[in-house]
Amino acid sequence: MKLTANQYPQESARVLREEPHVRDSVTGATLNFDGKRRLAYAEVDAETWRHWAEGVKNHVLMNLDQYLLQAEASLKRNGVQVHWAEHAEAARRIVAEIARAGQVKKVVKAKTMVSEELGINPMLEGMGIETLETDLGEYLIQLLGQPPSHIVGPAIHLNLDQIRQLFHQRFQTPTGASPEDLAAVARKLLREGFLKADMGISGANFVVAETGTLALIENEGNIRLSTSAPRIHVALVGIEKLLPRFSDLSVFLSLTARAATGQRLGTFVSLLQGPRTAGESDGPEEVHVILVDNGRSSVLADPLAWETLRCVRCAACLNACPVYRQTGGHPYGYVYSGPIGAILSPGLLGLEETKPLPYASSLCGACFQACPVRIPIPRLLLTWRNRAVDEGLTPKLEAAAIKGYALAMTQPWAYSLASKAIRMLPHKALDNTIVPVLKAWTQGRAGLEPSPRSFHQLWDAGEV
Amino acid sequence: MKVSLFITCVADQFFSDAGVAAVKLLRSLDCTVDFPQGQTCCGQPAYNAGYWAEARQVAEHTLGVLEDAEHVVLPSGSCTTMLRAFYPELYRHHPRMFARAEALSHKTYELAEFIVKVLKVTHLGNGLQGHRVAYHHGCHGLRELGIKSEPLTLLRNAGAEIVDWAAAEECCGFGGLFSVKLPEVALSMADRKLSTLPPTSQIDYLASADGGCMLHLDGRIKNRRLSLPVRPLASVLWEAAQ
Repeated sequence: MKLTANQYPQESARVLREEPHVRDSVTGATLNFDGKRRLAYAEVDAETWRHWAEGVKNHVLMNLDQYLLQAEASLKRNGVQVHWAEHAEAARRIVAEIARAGQVKKVVKAKTMVSEELGINPMLEGMGIETLETDLGEYLIQLLGQPPSHIVGPAIHLNLDQIRQLFHQRFQTPTGASPEDLAAVARKLLREGFLKADMGISGANFVVAETGTLALIENEGNIRLSTSAPRIHVALVGIEKLLPRFSDLSVFLSLTARAATGQRLGTFVSLLQGPRTAGESDGPEEVHVILVDNGRSSVLADPLAWETLRCVRCAACLNACPVYRQTGGHPYGYVYSGPIGAILSPGLLGLEETKPLPYASSLCGACFQACPVRIPIPRLLLTWRNRAVDEGLTPKLEAAAIKGYALAMTQPWAYSLASKAIRMLPHKALDNTIVPVLKAWTQGRAGLEPSPRSFHQLWDAGEV
Repeated sequence: MKVSLFITCVADQFFSDAGVAAVKLLRSLDCTVDFPQGQTCCGQPAYNAGYWAEARQVAEHTLGVLEDAEHVVLPSGSCTTMLRAFYPELYRHHPRMFARAEALSHKTYELAEFIVKVLKVTHLGNGLQGHRVAYHHGCHGLRELGIKSEPLTLLRNAGAEIVDWAAAEECCGFGGLFSVKLPEVALSMADRKLSTLPPTSQIDYLASADGGCMLHLDGRIKNRRLSLPVRPLASVLWEAAQ
């Protein structure tokens, strides 16, 4: 996916100015998800679950080399062909080779973020292979030529009128069609797609090292069809998606559903155990799992950022985030948006190309409270800001201002002088449009008015 | 009880009355209040912006100023969080300074929290009879320190009615540097938060323990010509005790 994260400040402002309906759609949907998540957490001992899940994920990450080899052996034992992709280009090449060898003409895609990350669709289309997104939200944005704006609800930024308009133009549905009618039209198109496809591409929520089980959670049934109807199934799996034991799923499946949508369990949970075996009437003839690194091992080796890899892509942090809620995911400029995107993108892609993202947060902490695996997102946002400073990526004026600030705040006489100075300025001078910080403040906010006398002055005058 | 007031730079410059109210309130609760000289800012602007070397300079200065205090009380949830949670983080790899930061951390409180948890006072008086208050929880105090019930208890027990506010616990969009780095998003967050309030005719004022949030929200309220006064929690609590 094309990376435009450096445009975050301009793009977030533009979306707010030019597409106010995005804020309305995203706010409505995320508040709904977040409210359900809270209720679903309250039903169980969520604190214990979260601590336990954090511990299991930490254990996997600390022993990832062993678990990857165990997973490979288990998958192979199940008849799955295992591939290793160090970077996006390698992953695309592997998918292309599988498609070519299988004489694939049509592909159905289950919703997978890692496929967006790797740029699979443009590559397949370049090969002349017809590619159909089968998640309803993904299908909508595919029709519009847009990237996903949310990890779980990729079309969360669209409202019903926009979808009606799109279907009216594409499929001549009535302009006042009900959501059910629109879904029925999409279902018919997608059903035909499943039956004609040669290959299905999915991600995976979890891969169990012990048993080689691919676990996939969904609500529409399209993942089950994409992974079972076509003769070839390819699963793209980030190397951090492993769980040690089959029994770990008992908590992770429910915890992920609770975090993502407030459900106790996804409507469909598929536990895939390899290709069709002799005597079975259904299932793919070939199953391929591509284990994808693409920057993950360098995040794992990072002593401060590695905890990011606990992420299960539930998007609870997006739903909880009041910053994300204003603009949706597009301004973040990469497949992973919101709080997790703001710490994952710098890790995967480097800070130079993503440097506005760690600042796309008011550090309110709602993301950490929502996260099912307790990723300390606010601390990691600060860590990336600190790195931006250490690497000289922050504006020179800002760096100089902070140095001046530190000097003034460690010299009480300088602080006192500054305190007097702001009171000697003419009235309303703090609306000053010359100083950039004050200019940014007063656009949309009334000017700052200091108290007539500071507390220091009142105390020193014996008036307290 | 001996209390050292850390006024915080925002309250010092913009809400000095609230500082006076905090001192009077603490004295009325039999505390001896001193105001350690040389205090400036807690350093959070630098910490929040990623300039940790500069944040440590300011933190070290403040640690020196407050070294001898018995209890440190601040009229701000966010600055309390800086002293209590972020100073130890800043010195995670500096054992000697970490010990000093930890010592300060353990004796530092936000004003309402100090009154309820340390002084064990939950009823200040009846000075808020009939007041309809929208209470804005600052994020740091709320989510980093878990301060939620203390201010509400003190307000309610003094007769105030806390109005239902769907987004009472949502961030207002201040976020320090955030409010000027991404002003459009920050303002949109303030608007969203304010839009979930009951009609302003049903609210007497908005109260908060956080100066930064109040400057941001009050600035937005005035810019939009809404009629909703914004009052520091310390001033309201002193009124409660009258």
